[in-house]
Amino acid sequence: MRIARNLLLPVALLLIGVGYMTCGSSIEARSGLGVALAADAITLQGTGATFPAPLYQKWFTEYNKAHPDVQINYQALGSGAGVKQFQQNLVDFGASDAAMTDAEMAAVKDGVVLLPMTAGAIVLAYNIPDGPSELKLSREAYVGIFLGKITQWNDPAIAKANPGVKLPDTKISVVVRSDGSGTTFVFTSHLSAISDAWKSGPGAGKSVNFPAAVAGKGNPGVTALIKETPGAIGYVEYGYAVQTRMPMAVLQNKSGKYVKADLATGKDALASVELPANLRAWITDPTGPGVYPIVTYTWLLCYRKYKDPKTAATLKSVIQYGLTQGQSFSVDLGYIPLPAKVVDAVTRALQQIS
Amino acid sequence: MTPGEAGAARDNFHPGGRPGDDLIVPKGVDIAQPPSAYEIGADRLFRRCTLAVAWLTVILVFCVIFSITRQAMPSIRTYGLGFLSGTAWDSNRAQFGILPAIVGTLYSSILGLAIGTVFGLAIAIFLSEGFLSAGLDSAFSFLRLSEYSWLNSLPGRIENLLKITVELLAAIPSVVYGLWGIFVVIPFVRPPANWLHSHLGWIPFFSTGLSGPGLLPASIVLAIMVLPTISAISRDALVAVPPKLREAAFGMGATRWEAILAIFVPTAATGIFGAVILGFGRALGETMALAMLAGNANIISWSLFSPANTLAALLANHFPEADKIEVGALMYVALVLLAITLVVNIIGTVILQRAEAGLQGLR
Repeated sequence: MRIARNLLLPVALLLIGVGYMTCGSSIEARSGLGVALAADAITLQGTGATFPAPLYQKWFTEYNKAHPDVQINYQALGSGAGVKQFQQNLVDFGASDAAMTDAEMAAVKDGVVLLPMTAGAIVLAYNIPDGPSELKLSREAYVGIFLGKITQWNDPAIAKANPGVKLPDTKISVVVRSDGSGTTFVFTSHLSAISDAWKSGPGAGKSVNFPAAVAGKGNPGVTALIKETPGAIGYVEYGYAVQTRMPMAVLQNKSGKYVKADLATGKDALASVELPANLRAWITDPTGPGVYPIVTYTWLLCYRKYKDPKTAATLKSVIQYGLTQGQSFSVDLGYIPLPAKVVDAVTRALQQIS
Repeated sequence: MTPGEAGAARDNFHPGGRPGDDLIVPKGVDIAQPPSAYEIGADRLFRRCTLAVAWLTVILVFCVIFSITRQAMPSIRTYGLGFLSGTAWDSNRAQFGILPAIVGTLYSSILGLAIGTVFGLAIAIFLSEGFLSAGLDSAFSFLRLSEYSWLNSLPGRIENLLKITVELLAAIPSVVYGLWGIFVVIPFVRPPANWLHSHLGWIPFFSTGLSGPGLLPASIVLAIMVLPTISAISRDALVAVPPKLREAAFGMGATRWEAILAIFVPTAATGIFGAVILGFGRALGETMALAMLAGNANIISWSLFSPANTLAALLANHFPEADKIEVGALMYVALVLLAITLVVNIIGTVILQRAEAGLQGLR
């Protein structure tokens, strides 16, 4: 009785305090700000794209093993969140599959350095029960499928590119991303580049209004839906499709050739585009006979100037590690290693950070 | 505390000294004393604290509503009521409409609730009306085990075990329900659903096939999620039916089914209805499992097998990547969801009060 009575006042005050705080905090402050700093350790905080997250996590843990005093927290909240938190100075670096636009970059007063760190391909994974081991899709076919104009797997537009292949009379279920995502941006940019109907219809963006599609959250959500839905087709990152052993469609490129997604054809696609000085390039429809049509770089977003020189030095060292030893992890995880001349260009650009 | 209890409590209270010292009280000495200033003060403080905390929760709700409304204001001004009747969500073109999500939310919740109520009420009746002990008793007497007295407590224990198991369903995270739905429920309901579509496709409810995610699997999982709420509260309501009423019903010669369906369930209807309303609230707000199972497609259809969207799933999917205009639109969505939940709860409370008033004479 007595103990309870003595505890009452502090507990009540505590509750009131908590109430005030909960009430006062606004939605803008919802970002996850990192772990408390240890005395002499350096902690870097980053937020951004989910697509390169497995590779970045691998780099950061390996780097941490070599330099135990450096701790790097990377939160894979998505490209949009990466850009937003970077603009609001909530993080030390951001990451995005869609490079920042000029307007977005102008809004950052400390200046922005965009660094392409790795690249990936986006594939069309499908699930056709007792289906062919290789499925070729012409440009008309896959645009038509995602526009909802081609609804059966045995549609003549699909059959034409696959002579001698028996296609079932199954309904096509289109699977897309439900959340806004850089993957969607890259894929819809490609569709807009190759089809006027797409450009004037759903258009390109991180989240677009897909006609006739079911949607799953994140690459894993889309992957799960494709695997569990007979007749499904959807776009996922190459790495996810490889890891989950899903069949991937062979796509027709700009030269009219049918090209399988793999590291070599992806690398050719990257090499076909010359990076400008600001290292920003949207590869919406690469040219060349052997290139895979849907590839993208993914960027780290860094400030030009950091208040703490130690932060800048550490970040540069981490990025340098990712550009050199880090690239060797790419292949295993399903990413396309950067071409040598891109690595050189990024290393040079790194000097702008101070 | 009643005066009697207070007196008893004070009798057991020994201020200072070892217990037992003052057990023998001389005659004519009154050990009862008025409460000290400290006790009065503490009592008042406690009352004020509880009052403050109680008001704080109310204020908190208004804070939430206020901040959501404030952020939704620009998009309420821009889109107005057309927002509620629009059918496309296109952040590229800043076109936002949530009719499919409203329909999907209500459709999946009502369907899930209907399935959940049937099963939840059945579980509650089974666990409260002694079906288990009746069954086990006849089994024991058939096996000539009636003389073992420890067996008599067995039905009660099994009932308890079943009750805990059902309540345990509430402890499963909704992500797990979502995954289970994708990998177990969808493949399980797909063949019968597609059979219904191909044979009875002219009925609007079966007008599309089920390829993957859709309303039916989402509602089934939702039903399982609201099951513990409905069964636990309904059971408590049934157990609380006055024994007098039970005895009278059987005394008049009612069979067990007549007694349950005509007397006990109607008497407990208030509680059962309360359980259903609570379950409805849970179903409306459920996010993760529905985002994984409903298909997130802006389609309005009567079909049970068509993919759909819900308000909560829309919020969860679009919030992380939303820009300023879209955040405003999402706040508008949150406001609509809040309003729907509020209306459902008000309707529920009103019906509950009416039902209670009708049964007043029985208590």
